Amino acid sequence: MSPDRHVYMANQIGKFFAHQREDIAVDEIADHIRSFWERRMLADIYAHLDKGGAGLDPRVILALRKLRAGTAVAP
Amino acid sequence: MGLIHEIDYGTKASSNTKLVSLSIDGQTVSVPEGTSVMRAAMELGTQIPKLCATDMLDSFGSCRLCLVEIEGRAGTPASCTTPVAQGMVVHTQNAKLAKLRRGVMELYISDHPLDCLTCSANGNCELQDMAGAVGLREVRYGDEGANHLDSVADTSNPYFQFDPAKCIVCSRCVRACEEVQGTFALTIAGSGFGSKVSAGMDEAFFESECVSCGACVQACPTATLMEKSVIEMGQPEHSEVTTCAYCGVGCAFKAEMRGEEVVRMVPYKDGKANHGHSCIKGRFAWGYATHKDRITKPMIRAKITDPWREVSWEEAIAYTAAEFKRIQAKYGTDSIGGITSSRCTNEETYLIQKLVRAGFGNNNVDTCARVCHSPTGYGLKNTYGTSAGTQDFDSVDHADVILIIGANPTDGHPVFASRMKKRLREGAKLIVADPRRIDIIRTPHVEAQIHLPLQPGTNVAVVNALAHVIVTEGLVDEAFVRERCDMAEFVDWAEFIAQDRHSPETIEGLCGVPAKLIREAARLYATGGNGAIYYGLGVTEHSQGSTTVIAIANLAMATGNIGRPGVGVNPLRGQNNVQGACDMGSFPHEFTGYRHVSDEATRELFENTWGVALRGDPGLRIPNMIDAAMAGSFMGLYIQGEDIVQSDPDTKHMTAGLRAMECVVVQDLFLNESASFAHVFLPGSSFLEKDGTFTNAERRIQRVRKVMAPKNGYGDWEVTQLLANEMGMDMHYQHPSEIMDEIAAVTPTFADVSFAALDRLGSIQWPCNAQAPEGTPVMHIDHFVRGKGRFIVTDYVATDERTGARFPLLLTTGRILSQYNVGAQTRRTENVAWHEEDLLELHPHDAENRGIKDGDWVKLASRAGETTLRARITDRMALGVVYTTFHHPETQANVITTEFSDWATNCPEYKVTAVQISPSNGPTEWQVSYQKLSDDARRITAPAAE
Ligand code: SF4
Ligand code: SF4
Ligand code: SF4
Ligand code: FES
Repeated sequence: MSPDRHVYMANQIGKFFAHQREDIAVDEIADHIRSFWERRMLADIYAHLDKGGAGLDPRVILALRKLRAGTAVAP
Repeated sequence: MGLIHEIDYGTKASSNTKLVSLSIDGQTVSVPEGTSVMRAAMELGTQIPKLCATDMLDSFGSCRLCLVEIEGRAGTPASCTTPVAQGMVVHTQNAKLAKLRRGVMELYISDHPLDCLTCSANGNCELQDMAGAVGLREVRYGDEGANHLDSVADTSNPYFQFDPAKCIVCSRCVRACEEVQGTFALTIAGSGFGSKVSAGMDEAFFESECVSCGACVQACPTATLMEKSVIEMGQPEHSEVTTCAYCGVGCAFKAEMRGEEVVRMVPYKDGKANHGHSCIKGRFAWGYATHKDRITKPMIRAKITDPWREVSWEEAIAYTAAEFKRIQAKYGTDSIGGITSSRCTNEETYLIQKLVRAGFGNNNVDTCARVCHSPTGYGLKNTYGTSAGTQDFDSVDHADVILIIGANPTDGHPVFASRMKKRLREGAKLIVADPRRIDIIRTPHVEAQIHLPLQPGTNVAVVNALAHVIVTEGLVDEAFVRERCDMAEFVDWAEFIAQDRHSPETIEGLCGVPAKLIREAARLYATGGNGAIYYGLGVTEHSQGSTTVIAIANLAMATGNIGRPGVGVNPLRGQNNVQGACDMGSFPHEFTGYRHVSDEATRELFENTWGVALRGDPGLRIPNMIDAAMAGSFMGLYIQGEDIVQSDPDTKHMTAGLRAMECVVVQDLFLNESASFAHVFLPGSSFLEKDGTFTNAERRIQRVRKVMAPKNGYGDWEVTQLLANEMGMDMHYQHPSEIMDEIAAVTPTFADVSFAALDRLGSIQWPCNAQAPEGTPVMHIDHFVRGKGRFIVTDYVATDERTGARFPLLLTTGRILSQYNVGAQTRRTENVAWHEEDLLELHPHDAENRGIKDGDWVKLASRAGETTLRARITDRMALGVVYTTFHHPETQANVITTEFSDWATNCPEYKVTAVQISPSNGPTEWQVSYQKLSDDARRITAPAAE
C-alpha cells in the first residue's frame, strides 16, 4: 500500500480537527484512525512513522504515536 | 390471487379533525368537515356515477354525471364539488337523476367509437362502467354528425399512446399533469365541441415538455391514454404490491401481471412514499428484467483474458469457495472481502456482511454508499446520533422555506420533486445552492427566491457563511439551542462561526456568490417559518463531504429546525436501498444499526447469534481494497449487484486493482463493466423475482414481492447462502422473512420489524421497537438520539483538486431523469430514446473560447485520464464549470475523476475535477482499447455439444 496515500489521508483527518486544542485534536485524530483504518493501513503508516514520518503533520504524528502505544483516550 | 382494486373515492380526503354527520340515501355517515358528498357516499359504499372526478385530483365539476339531490337545496348539485354539511339529507338515486345522467352519458357516447370489444381498455374502462351504471340503452344521435372518430393516434411516446378519438375531454389528464406531476405539459385547446387535449404547443407527446411520468395515463378514464404494453398484451389478471428498484424515493407499485409476465406497473395509492405517483423509470422502465442481454447461467474462467464458460450452479459455487479458501490459505484471512449492493434487498445485504464477518472471518465488507452517502452517515451520527434523515417525505407539506443544496430532485428524485413543487406552488419559498441552474429553480408556477450558484468545492464555505449571518445577526433560536443542544459546544461553535473570515463578504470571491444573496438566503431560512434542508450528492461527494453534512446539521440546530414536521435535515438518497444497505451493516467498521465492531456488547450479541468469534477491528473500504490489491495483499472479492468499474472514480486505478486480484466474483443481471475483470459470474435476479424489503430515503422499510420465478434459478439471497454453506457456514434460511427476523433480533432499531408487521402496516419507518411499535416518521422530537445535539466546528479546507493552466475548468457529474446511474437497467429499455449518450454541458463563453459548437465531439481530459463525448452548450452552466452524466460505458466519465476523497469516509470527490476541453474528431486511445477489452471480455464459449 502506498504510504503517500496514507500520509495524505491522515493529514486530511488532521485538518478537520485543526482548530481544536492540541490535546483534544490528537485524541480525535487517533480515535478517527482507530475507528476506520484497517490493520494493513495502520501497519503501513506506522512503518512510515518509524522511518521519520516524512510529510505527516505534527499532530498526526502525535496521534499515531498515542494510538500505537494504546494511550489515546476516546474523546 | 386477483387484481388489487383500489377504491376511488372520487375526491381527496379532508384532513379536518371536526366530524360532520349527514344522511345519504337514508344511511347516516360521519366524515371530516370539508369532505365532498361524493366521497362521503363512497365511505358508505355508495358509488355515485362520475367521470371527471378521481381521488388523486382536486374536484373539477365538469361532466355533470355525479348530480345528486339535497333536501332544501335547489337543483341537482354535482356531488364531487359539494362539501358535506351537518344534517344534510342527500339522495343519490331517483328517476329524475337517472334521466339526467343518461342524457349526459348519451352525449358522451355519441362522440365515442363503439368498439368496446376490441378496445384496449375493455374490462377496465370507466366510461364503459358508467354507461352500465346509468343504464344507457340507446344513443339517439348517430355518428353521422360532426365527431372526432377519425382522429389519428399519437404514438410518439415509447410507452403510451394518445388516441384522441376516444377522448371525452374530462381533463383528468391535464389536471394530473398539473397537480400531481407539476409539469403542466397538457392543455385543453379550443373550446366547446372543438376542445381537445393537446401536449405542449400542439406537439407530439415525445416532443413536448412531457417527462413521461404516466400520471395522465393513470388518470384517464378511457382508452385515450393507454400503456402500449396493455395494447399489446391485454388487461392484467392479477397484481402484487411491490417497491420500485430504482431510486431512494421508494415508490410503491402494483405489478399488474398476466401469468408471469408484467403487463404494467401502476403506482399504488396507498404507497406512503409516493401516494400513487411515479416517474418514468419505475412506471415504465422495467423491461430490462427480460432483456436478451441478461445472463441466466453461471460462468467461470481461469483468466480474465479467457472467454467465459457456462457451468452448473454447483460447479460455480464450488469453484468460488475453493478459490476463496485457496487465496486465504496463501495470503491470509484478510485477503478476501465482499461488496454489498444498494440495489439488492435488506435481507440480501445482511447475508453478505454476515458471510464476510462470520464466514470469511474479517470485516472486509463495504457497499456503494461509500461513493455516495457515507458522509451523511458520519456527519449525522456525530451531530444528532443517528445515520439517517430526520423526516418523512410528507413533512415537506409543512415546510415554509425549502433549502436545496447539491441535489437535483426533478431528475434524481422525481416523485418527491413533484411533492416539493406542489408545496412551492402553495407558497413555500425556495433557496437553491447549486453550481448549475437546475430545473426546479424555474419550472411552471415555481420560481426559486434565491439561487446561490456556488463554485464546486466551496460548499463548506457557503454553509458556514449562512451560519455566520445567523449567529452575527442574532437569528439563532436560543431557546431551542439551550434546551436541546450541548451549550459548551454551541458556544465554541458560535465563537468560531462569528469570525470575520466566515462572513459572506470574505468568501464572496472564493465561492463566486454575491454576499448579499448569501445574507438574504440565511435570513429567509432562519426567519421564514419551518425551514427544511434537502441535500444530495453535491454535498457528500467532496473532499469535505462529511464536513458539509456537519455544517448543515449545525445550521438546522442553530435555527431550531429539527424535531417536528416541516423542518429537518433530509439527505435525498440515491439508490432504492442505499439507506438499507447502510442500516444492514455493510460498512467495514459497523454491524447493523450503526454499531462499531469494537463495541464489545454488540459483538458478543452477534457472536452468540452466529456462533463464531468475530473481529473487533475495522476492515477495508472499497478504495482501500483496491489499494491493498495493488500492494498484493487483497486477492479475492465477491461483488453483488454493483459495477465499481463504471461507478467508482479513477477507472484506471480501479481496473488495475481488479486485474491484480486472483478471484473476482460478480453477481449481476448483466455482464457489467466490472465483470470484464471477473473470474466468476453468478447470474442475479431482478426485484420482480424475489421477496424482501427495501428501505427508502425516509427510513421507510417496504416489501418487495416476488411476481415471477427467478430467471436464473435463485434469488440473490439464495446464491449467497449457497456460497456461505460451501465456505463451511451453516446457513439455512427458507425464506427472506426469516432473515428479517434475525435482523430484528440483533438490531434494536429494527426490534419490532417483521414481514407480518409490514404486511399489516404497509410500511415502517425505523426505529421500530417497543417505544415506537409502528415506527418513527420524524426523529429527534423531544431530544436528539445522542442526547444533546452536538455542534461541531467546520473549518473550510480547500480541496487539493485545483484548476490551473493545464486544466482550467471544473467538471462536476450527475444524472438525469430517464437514465439511472451506470445505466445497466435503463440503457436496456426504451428510456434511451430520451438520452442516447452522455453529453458535456458547458457555458457558451467557455465553448466559444475553444472553438466548440453545440453537438461537436470534444476531448475531456483531467490528470487522471481522458475521454470524448459531445458538447451541449447551455447558459445554465456557470462560467468555468462543465457537467456530464455517467450513464454510458462508452464515455466512462469516471476515467476523468480522481482519487481525491472525503477526509472522514473516503467518499470520492466526483463533484470537483480540474479538466480541459478541446475539439476532437474521435474516441481517445483509452476508449478504443477499452472497447476492445470489453468486447473480448464478454466472449462466451458455446457449450460443448452433448
Ligand atoms: S406523462 Fe406525466 S408529464 Fe407527461 S403529459 Fe402525462 S402527466 Fe404530464
Ligand atoms: S385523454 Fe383521457 S383523461 Fe384526458 S381528457 Fe381525454 S379522456 Fe379525459
Ligand atoms: S421516483 Fe424513484 S422510486 Fe419512484 S418510480 Fe421513480 S425511480 Fe422509482
Ligand atoms: S364527477 Fe362530478 S362533475 Fe364530473
